[in-house]
Amino acid sequence: MKQKNNQNKKTNRNIVKNVTQGLLHQNALYTVIAIFFGFLVGGIFLWSAGFSPFEAYAKLFNSVFSRPKYLIWSVIYATPLMFTGLSVAFSYKMGVFNIGAEGQYVVGSLAALCVGILLDAPPILHVLLCMLAAIAAGMVWSLLVAILRVRFGINEVLSFIMFNWIAFYLSNYVINTEVIHKVGGGEASKDIRQSARILLPQSVLNILKNDKANYGIFLAIIAAIAIWFILTKTTLGYRVQAVGLNPHAAKYGGINSNKTMYIAMSLSGALAALGGAIQLMGNSMRISQFAGQEGFGFQGITVALIASSHPIGCIFAGLFYGAMKYGGSKLNLIDAPTEVVDIIMGTIVLFIAISHVFRYIITRRQKKKEDN
Amino acid sequence: MEKTSHIASNVVAVQMTDIVKKFGNFVANDHINLTVNKGEVHAILGENGAGKSTLMNVLYGLYKPTSGSISIFGSPVHIENPRHAIELGIGMVHQHFMLVEPFTVTENIILGMEPTKGMTVDIKSARQQVLELSERYGMHVDPDAKIEDISVGMQQRVEILKVLYRGANILILDEPTASLTPQEIEELINIIHNLTADGKTVLLITHKLKEIKAAADRCTIIRQGKYIDTVDVEAVSEHDLASMMVGRDVQFVVDKQPIEPGEVIIDVQNIHCKDYRGVEVLKGLNLQVRRGEIVGLAGVDGNGQTELVEILTGLRKGEAGKVIIGGKDLFNADAHTLFDKGVSSIPADRQKHGLILDYSVAYNLVLQNHDLPPFSKRGILKKDAIYKHAAELTDKFDIRGAEDGVKEVGKLSGGNQQKVIIAREVTNDKDLLIAVNPTRGLDVGAIEFVHRYIVEQRNKNKAVLLVSFELDEIMSLSDRIEVIYNGKIVGSVPGDQADEKVLGLMMAGGSKHETKEQSEQKDKPKYS
Amino acid sequence: MEELIKNLGLVINATLIATPPLLYAALGSTFSERSGVVNIGIEGMMTIGAFVGAAVAHFTGNAWLAFLCGGLVGALFGLIHAIACVSFGADQTISGTAINFLAPGVAIFVCKALFEQSSNTPPLDTVQKLPKLFNGVFEVGSFWNNVLNTYVATYLAFVAVAIVWFIFYKTRFGMRLRAVGEHPKACETQGINVYRTRYIAVIASGFLSGLGGAYVTLCTVSQFRPEVIVGQGFIAIAAVIFGKFTPQGAMGACLLFGLCNGLKVLLGSGNVISPNLISMIPYVVTIITLVLFVGKSRVPAASGKAYVKQK
Repeated sequence: MKQKNNQNKKTNRNIVKNVTQGLLHQNALYTVIAIFFGFLVGGIFLWSAGFSPFEAYAKLFNSVFSRPKYLIWSVIYATPLMFTGLSVAFSYKMGVFNIGAEGQYVVGSLAALCVGILLDAPPILHVLLCMLAAIAAGMVWSLLVAILRVRFGINEVLSFIMFNWIAFYLSNYVINTEVIHKVGGGEASKDIRQSARILLPQSVLNILKNDKANYGIFLAIIAAIAIWFILTKTTLGYRVQAVGLNPHAAKYGGINSNKTMYIAMSLSGALAALGGAIQLMGNSMRISQFAGQEGFGFQGITVALIASSHPIGCIFAGLFYGAMKYGGSKLNLIDAPTEVVDIIMGTIVLFIAISHVFRYIITRRQKKKEDN
Repeated sequence: MEKTSHIASNVVAVQMTDIVKKFGNFVANDHINLTVNKGEVHAILGENGAGKSTLMNVLYGLYKPTSGSISIFGSPVHIENPRHAIELGIGMVHQHFMLVEPFTVTENIILGMEPTKGMTVDIKSARQQVLELSERYGMHVDPDAKIEDISVGMQQRVEILKVLYRGANILILDEPTASLTPQEIEELINIIHNLTADGKTVLLITHKLKEIKAAADRCTIIRQGKYIDTVDVEAVSEHDLASMMVGRDVQFVVDKQPIEPGEVIIDVQNIHCKDYRGVEVLKGLNLQVRRGEIVGLAGVDGNGQTELVEILTGLRKGEAGKVIIGGKDLFNADAHTLFDKGVSSIPADRQKHGLILDYSVAYNLVLQNHDLPPFSKRGILKKDAIYKHAAELTDKFDIRGAEDGVKEVGKLSGGNQQKVIIAREVTNDKDLLIAVNPTRGLDVGAIEFVHRYIVEQRNKNKAVLLVSFELDEIMSLSDRIEVIYNGKIVGSVPGDQADEKVLGLMMAGGSKHETKEQSEQKDKPKYS
Repeated sequence: MEELIKNLGLVINATLIATPPLLYAALGSTFSERSGVVNIGIEGMMTIGAFVGAAVAHFTGNAWLAFLCGGLVGALFGLIHAIACVSFGADQTISGTAINFLAPGVAIFVCKALFEQSSNTPPLDTVQKLPKLFNGVFEVGSFWNNVLNTYVATYLAFVAVAIVWFIFYKTRFGMRLRAVGEHPKACETQGINVYRTRYIAVIASGFLSGLGGAYVTLCTVSQFRPEVIVGQGFIAIAAVIFGKFTPQGAMGACLLFGLCNGLKVLLGSGNVISPNLISMIPYVVTIITLVLFVGKSRVPAASGKAYVKQK
């Protein structure tokens, strides 16, 4: 009995040791370095345009942290990004780069809008129906791409991009139809009904001094935990990661990679779509005519990368990006261009993409030390 | 086979002195000396991992030696890179061809050294040169054919022409006969003799004793990175060479008690299968494996073994035939079903098919069973059960470095990785075990381990199908040997009556009942 | 009948205006793809090419210089992509996505800095734009004027197709480029510098994409606005895959997509079919065609994989 206990303890200790020594630890280091370089490059641009980087970054920081109201805005901005980040992260575990999150987000938002405007239902039920509609739309949108890949061998990056733009124009088309379009002109849809909104109760809004605070953040956290659970504790997660790490061995081991791909990509699509729905129901309340892509899907890619595709990490990475977006939007108050946020984020992504080379070099050196 | 006798000159073409090459702490070449004369065919003999490829890569400039010196025709040189080696007249034909599939023969040959007319590539004169070169050395090629459409033999001739086109005087051929039919091997040996007759020097990296006897003048033996000896090939026997290569008197006997085999576990009937080019690779193959027997499938790589195993393990679909297991026809069933019905395998490429390198040893040990009790319940993994299983197996099968199953399997040594697969498949304990090249790349200790468990499965009244390119392994383990040639079974021999010569003949397409004259008639080369 | 000819002329005119940006970018994409490097950052490279073109034209009044500068800035971002993917072996899709953040971000940032916080450049006069070829030769509104009197840069785009075709299939460099995209290791062992070839290819793809973007602001729209490049880069990539990675195939596909735009001009204004639905057509057509012609498009064998040199 004692032997068994000791064995268990040893196993547990080994697991802990491995986890801490593991990739998670090292990924975080490179992410921090990438973020540093992002700010550095952004600072260079600011400086060459005649702004003080310190002043700009201070304003950025202040815009987020100086008042609770602002912090809540950061969370509100962050919420849809957590969903799209989760979407990209989950499909990345299976080896698929979900560049279609953008389109899935749009159709999710669109589906929720239609149910939110056209249907009349009691509050909680209405919200649930909107979310279900969004999930269904997102699943269909990504499942179609999966089918195109499995059945017809069509490269999914291409399909995703095509579907992104189809969703874009579909949204513009739908919001211009009579039933959906805003009454009395303007380039937007009607607002969704009150019963379809996910704002916190008015009393809470008054305390927080923010009238767009919504419970989307809680849904995002629940989603992240659910995805984490799926990946680490379930047989589905075993299969998804097996296919992502070595599709040949997965096949040999009897795993049906097509079925796994369908399930995983549907889930991814549902997550991104949910992001669109939550943003609609908690913040924007309507969909406007698109002139260009809003970018929530692509920003989700950044979130997933910063989080190293770890589901819980997506929460924090999402908060980071949300804060940057919100704070960045206030930069024009000191006449600094808000695009500096895009420059910072783009640089971060680039550096994270490059960083695996450094990781390879450093882990090889470590292995040599171990071998000696 | 007649060797055109010629006297190689006494001019030294290649002199490698005291070559040391280290990769980190691993010494691949340990003070090796090599002297090659102009005009001779010089074989470099060694086992897998002995260091012969490393040595030749140093000569070709792909690696820089840690220490030591090289002289080419008397002039000391530092070979910086392959381009430099090419300038010095050294050309290398790699074991795995480096050909651009959609390009033509001519384009592949001239790539990197294209003749130009103004701004354009002068394909016409390139074509002319290719034809001239090929005729000079008796190598038939179609200059306008695309690589993806021609035979392996012709592809190899393209590789040789590549180096000749660049003016190579010293040719290094790395395991050139690995994927050739016996007829193509004979053609190749003729080409080699044409080359040396013209004053070229040929270095042959190989572990095939027969080809050394047939083609080479002298042979240098390397073992575990060290230089052993250089011998005149005519003066030694195959047995001598083998002994020097391995370092001991080679014993290929495995302890095995005879068993009366039981019912037929798998009945393969008339399988037809095409490869990605639409060429038939299995042409009506029949095979049976019974309980309590090891059936060895002997054959040269490329005769359909790979495709057969893939069909039997659900990784490939065939065109026609039956695979009867437990009374049901499971032809073209998927991997999961076949595993369920009793087929497990040790795959040829352990890292590609057998293991998920980033997963822990424990997770790998339950690859096929992760969704079954006790390892999971209603979709949730039961990690205690998984790790307990791992701890038991790593102990029982002596898997080193696994840390009770927690360690990533990719961090284990090759031998231990193979142990993981063996542990898993033996524990899966399916009625049929298909083992494909199970000891490739393993050291002697690991080889004994693998052989022991294969025999144990058979002793436990399971059926084993052993597919191996090492005839010695087949002969020492099998109760019955089936020979595969050109997509069919061409002969069947009981294990204890196996004769290497007879088997080799069948593997080359001859029949064991043929007379000697009949087989010599058959061996006469027919040029396409 | 006259009405029909007039409409035909309008459609051709609209097609010939919509096609060149796609075509320049698609030619750029073929360079990159054939060498084995996936470049989805073309959208971003077009955007910044569009901005630089408009800005340089505004400041110097020299449209051809502006056109060239648009190409050069695209080449600069091509260089960034090359460094990340070729030298550092970064995931090519991620790097391309990063450029789609960076390039437009830089473009608008600089625009605001130069033009008083406006994300638009000032509109260009005709003099500052790229010239048309047969200006004043035909009667305005006539069929021949609509068809032939189009920008020199449009004709240049089609000439570029021929040049790229020649480079790919007749020159040394082109042969090596195609080989590198199929089997980089074989090329390395035959003394070809894989890295250098890919660098040139990716920089060229940036240059041509920049030209495509500059065309839009120097010919069609006459100013830079953030939404001036909205999807053309991605359509160009689709055109290349559609056209089986050949310059002539890309040209055909781009004409097809340009035609959709031409139809949008014709049909959309009459409110017969919603312009949004027409805009969807190129994307839907691409998918349907790929489904119908399964497996015919042969991707370069080494596409998307980073090549690691021997040590």
